Amino acid sequence: MKLEGRKIYKGTAEAEAIVTKDAISFYGGVDPDTGKVVEVGHELEGESITGKVLVFPTGKGSTVGSYTMYRMKKNNMAPAAIVNKQIDTIVAVGCIISEIPCVDKIDTTNIKTGQRLIVNGSEGTIEIID
Amino acid sequence: MKLTQEEQDMLDGRYGKATKKSMEILTTLGEIFDAECMVDVHGVQIAGVSYDNLGEAGLDFLSEMSEDGRVRVLTTLNPAGMDRENWQALGIDREFAKNQNRAIDAFAKMGIITTCSCTPYLIGNAPHYGQHIAWAESSAVCYSNSVIGARTNREGGPSALAAALIGKTPKYGYHLDENRHAQVLFKINAPVKGTDEFGVLGKIIGDKLVKLGKKIPYITGIPSATVEELKSFCASVATYGGTALFHMEEITPEYNKYPKPSNIVFEINQDDLDKTRAELTDDDIEIDFVSIGCPHASIHEIAKIANLLRGKTVKKEFWITTARPTKKIADEVGYSKIIEDAGAKFAADTCCVVAPIKERFKGIMVDSAKACYYGRAKNKFKVKIGSIEACVEEAIK
Repeated sequence: MKLEGRKIYKGTAEAEAIVTKDAISFYGGVDPDTGKVVEVGHELEGESITGKVLVFPTGKGSTVGSYTMYRMKKNNMAPAAIVNKQIDTIVAVGCIISEIPCVDKIDTTNIKTGQRLIVNGSEGTIEIID
Repeated sequence: MKLTQEEQDMLDGRYGKATKKSMEILTTLGEIFDAECMVDVHGVQIAGVSYDNLGEAGLDFLSEMSEDGRVRVLTTLNPAGMDRENWQALGIDREFAKNQNRAIDAFAKMGIITTCSCTPYLIGNAPHYGQHIAWAESSAVCYSNSVIGARTNREGGPSALAAALIGKTPKYGYHLDENRHAQVLFKINAPVKGTDEFGVLGKIIGDKLVKLGKKIPYITGIPSATVEELKSFCASVATYGGTALFHMEEITPEYNKYPKPSNIVFEINQDDLDKTRAELTDDDIEIDFVSIGCPHASIHEIAKIANLLRGKTVKKEFWITTARPTKKIADEVGYSKIIEDAGAKFAADTCCVVAPIKERFKGIMVDSAKACYYGRAKNKFKVKIGSIEACVEEAIK
């Protein structure tokens, strides 16, 4: 199944999806050295987002979160791609400076954790391949 | 978004790596927020300066951008994590100081004026009415939009840096007339005086706006307000309400430019002020730290503190946080000597919100509602709000 969204940052990635209904704050909410979500009570608490297509509704929290994403990329701990329902400026800027393919305007409830996705940030599309 | 040939060339990398990255940030934000084009900015103020907030990640990014990035417009910085000259006396460790200076050096390499202040409008980075700017510090964004009538969105650290390196920002949000209309009317039925009380008022209005899901208030019933009172109000309403723009009848320049809201009206009375003031003071507080200058103290406030402290001795850690140029005026006039002879300390370039002082004190007394918020949330202090006079009284008690 192919879903049409909006391109935020270019590039393509194919990886397993990790999906949450909760918003994500990269600053304080994700450990950039381990790639794990550390926000207490978050649906993904304790889960690694490294190398996966991270699917969540939108970002939240401090603008420093863009730098956290950059640090994850430098540590090879970043997600392979990001898919949002509605992008916010923190995640958008984080994807640009970290060069993480990103698409928004996707109904994220159509995607399940564990499905393989191809994210095409240059076209603004994602494809669910199983 | 429509780009000029030059903007397109910047995006294509013909002006270097940092310029390309900056244009990617700005054009993407422009697309997200439906900007039609870019607009020239006359000044930039960058947040994300304290190493406490930046960390190695932010520092890596700044170092990379500073390789070939040079600012195209007047740009200053938000407060750093320490006084750049007097950090040792303020208990900042050497490792932190080294890292903080690495960050400031990267900014300097890009041609940024490394004056670190949340009140750029008091130290020469001052727009006039109607000018487009790109500022990041939330209290200064609110002050410039509302009190000066300049135009800026609430920028993040990277987007403000991008605007500085390009000299432009995407034209959306508060840059456009249609987004500057007030949405909620607040009638103030009690006298409001002093920086602390304007901070209390800012919290009442900010909290209310969050509940309503609105951003821009129109305020009546304030007969007059000083620069210092307005800067305190801006810091508070931005902290509690995320507000970037307000209109205040007969006080701010755009108050009669747009229609006055009439469908959503709230009255604020003396008991509301009393109740919120009480919320900004913790029970059983043991005060061991007093700090004035959130936002950065003006020379007028420093003069007032000097007069109150003349010939006295402080018994508690007492910081006056301000911009270095303001401190230099205080040095010249002799206020600094009076204040330092009393045992109080200047913390220039920094403030009690961004300095790495988490859990270093038990209880802080301030004249700022914003400082109360971060004192609790970030530094885990108990807090008390009071006037500048009451803060000085507490410090010498």
